[in-house]
Amino acid sequence: MAAKKFPIEAGHIMMFARAVGDPNPIYHDADAAADTEPGNVIAPPTFYQSSAQYDPDYFLRPKIGEAWFGSGKNPTGVPPKRTGGDGGTGLHAEQRFEYFRHVSPGETLTIKTRPGNTWERQGKRGGKLTFSENITEYFDESGELVVRATGVGVRTEKVVESD
Amino acid sequence: MALQASKIQVGDTHTQKLTDDLSRTQIVQYAGASGDYNPLHTDEIFTKEIANYPTVFAHGMLTMGMTGRMVTDYVGDGRLTAYGVRFTRQVWPGDALTATATVDAVREEDGQSVVDLSVSTVNQDGDVVVMGKATAKIDP
Repeated sequence: MAAKKFPIEAGHIMMFARAVGDPNPIYHDADAAADTEPGNVIAPPTFYQSSAQYDPDYFLRPKIGEAWFGSGKNPTGVPPKRTGGDGGTGLHAEQRFEYFRHVSPGETLTIKTRPGNTWERQGKRGGKLTFSENITEYFDESGELVVRATGVGVRTEKVVESD
Repeated sequence: MALQASKIQVGDTHTQKLTDDLSRTQIVQYAGASGDYNPLHTDEIFTKEIANYPTVFAHGMLTMGMTGRMVTDYVGDGRLTAYGVRFTRQVWPGDALTATATVDAVREEDGQSVVDLSVSTVNQDGDVVVMGKATAKIDP
């Protein structure tokens, strides 16, 4: 499951904008943002992905008291997950956002997710590729859809070789 | 300042350098902010010994987020209505990235000026790492 509620916070937006290397004051300076057209700090275009922070079960975050598949004493803390054949892995193939409005700190979004299409393709470097879509919709407090995010994941049979 | 329809035409480009030398620490920053702590992005030992990649690599969403800066710098704050990319190649620590938007169309939608852009980011070898589309409301 995904997060159900996503509180939009100024500090989170500031840290996210720093991480993507965007110095635009509209992401960290409320006074400067007041003089812009939106009139407020707003979230950067890909910020919505960080709603994963509020997903209690998000599998790519270590859980307190549970073994983690990254390295500690050993290269992995748990037996490697199903990777299919020769160490293939799941990768992010595509991401799309549709914006109906840009959100500001103080709002709390409600999230609904649903699966989209699934399809297969023969890859050049990684063997058979399985694609699957996941659609995440973010609603504001009045129930209006503000952002729709569509992610496409791909699972490879083999490790993707780099050139 | 938002982009103005009267000042652009199809084929115009806007290019911005995103980084000269992507650091592992920036990838760690992105993991922390986004909440995606997949060790493939930050854990060299796991990535080499368990996942069999040569080293850690950036989240696709980090490259998309960095590329988003170029797009919003070009079209203006709060103007995007759509932004999507395909992740075409991995981005590694040390990569230099440059992003470009190309004007595909300038049109009117319900009396509102709109621009459609093709977006792509290349590494130091000129290889495309993300490519996609963006649409924004712009001034007349």
